[in-house]
Amino acid sequence: MDAATITSWMREINVAVRAERDHLVQLDAAIGDGDHGTNMVRGFEAVVQALDADGGSPPGKLLILAGRTLVSTVGGASGPLWGSALRSGGRVLGDQPNFDGGQLVEVLAAALASVKDLGTASVGDKTMVDALEPAVETLRARLAEGVALDRALDDAASAAETGMRATIPIQARKGRASYLGERSVGHQDPGATSTALIVRALQKAVGQGS
Amino acid sequence: MAVETRNMRKFLNDPSQVVKESLAGLAAAHSDLVRYDAAAQIIVRKDAPKRGKVALISGGGSGHEPLHGGFVGMGMLDAAAPGEVFTSPVPAQMLAATKAVDGGAGVVHIVKNYTGDVLNFKLAAEDAADEGIKVTSVVIDDDVAVQDSLYTAGRRGVGATVLAEKIAGAAAENGADLTKVTDLVKRVNDRARSFGVALSSCVPPASGKVIFELPEGEIELGIGIHGEPGRRRAALGTASEVVDVMVEAVVTDLKAKRGSKVLVFVNGMGGTPLLELYLVYGEVDKKLRKAGLEPVRNLVGSYITSLEMAGASLTVLELDEELIKLWDAPVHTPALRWGV
Repeated sequence: MDAATITSWMREINVAVRAERDHLVQLDAAIGDGDHGTNMVRGFEAVVQALDADGGSPPGKLLILAGRTLVSTVGGASGPLWGSALRSGGRVLGDQPNFDGGQLVEVLAAALASVKDLGTASVGDKTMVDALEPAVETLRARLAEGVALDRALDDAASAAETGMRATIPIQARKGRASYLGERSVGHQDPGATSTALIVRALQKAVGQGS
Repeated sequence: MAVETRNMRKFLNDPSQVVKESLAGLAAAHSDLVRYDAAAQIIVRKDAPKRGKVALISGGGSGHEPLHGGFVGMGMLDAAAPGEVFTSPVPAQMLAATKAVDGGAGVVHIVKNYTGDVLNFKLAAEDAADEGIKVTSVVIDDDVAVQDSLYTAGRRGVGATVLAEKIAGAAAENGADLTKVTDLVKRVNDRARSFGVALSSCVPPASGKVIFELPEGEIELGIGIHGEPGRRRAALGTASEVVDVMVEAVVTDLKAKRGSKVLVFVNGMGGTPLLELYLVYGEVDKKLRKAGLEPVRNLVGSYITSLEMAGASLTVLELDEELIKLWDAPVHTPALRWGV
């Protein structure tokens, strides 16, 4: 995998959040303030533009550029959270031109760590962590078992989607949904939903490259 | 041309430009007080930076007008960083605002406790510190509707924000140092409690859809200011009954000494006329006196709104002589003006 993998990952995310914008807005309107879909589209639109304008940076630097772009365009909570996540992930790769599955796990683990640190959330709080953590853990475990990368990523994306659906019965403890108390129960978390899209987009991007 | 959807009839040219066009209009209307930096999307006090004066900035999602841009001017904020509607601004905006107003005495960030605002301001404060600017941050969290901070993101910042900006802004204007101004923001936050009620939903221009459905005859108790639903739903009672809930929630949590002097802030959410807000104030005044508190100052009007939402919030601030003096000090901003 190389810089092209990162670029196509960001493109896939852009396509996915565009397609799911209204759904994300709906989910967010139910337990938040209804801007999540609009914000993610604005952010990843800008990311794709920034990457298009970039002249040949290595994959780690592209992730940092993507993260910086999200921080400076998205606002809300998802901007700093995904922005910091991609920047932390990008730092793992330094200046190297290529990376393998094991390094991809480290990129995602660093992203997860920065989300948990900045957002002070854990699994079960009804946040994006509920989708991201199982995805990282699944990818790590499958690769350790010797499963091929594309299969392992497919499983990771499925784990993110399972985690996303598992947020439905949970009462939110972080973010704006937490203000609803018990009334947040029965709604799928919008942050976990876009996170599942982002992991699925990674599986598609890597699949295209192979 | 106005833009109309099934749920919305608003003055818009292009929904995606509503914030920028509104800020440009604010600056055009009050060019004697503020300027609009369109590239950075910030509203800055006309005479900023003021050498040696502690500067105050705030920011947050738009849709709460006049908060915050309307409070930029003499005796209040030095700059405001408005985000998209109901979306916190990005760190680059707060950083630009901080740099535009820094007069060498430090900059206070007044942050409402909402996850997005807190995260973006945190990143901005780190960037400002990297550039050698002294920044302190105070998170406002006065909303008693959020009871359990262990299982939530903590109490939201609402009405106390306006009071803190006015009081700390007056102190900064008088030459107070960074520590003093910061402490005053904290003190106002410590001694103020708020509770909001929505009688209707509201429609963000970008989506054109109501943020929540409110069935006929029902109201939301314990709302924030971003159109998020409240803590619980109740039947719409008389004004006296609704105000009972608000006063009870605020007074119980404030635990002010009997006989305390208080400032009463009855705030409209955007769609409730003054006719009703004064009626609400009358009820609040009576009930607070009954509860042993003495309203000696007040602010009645729509100052921290949620688009066109009908409803009101009540903020009660326990006063002392210093806070009264700072509240009475001159202020000259687009939305608050007295003593000048």
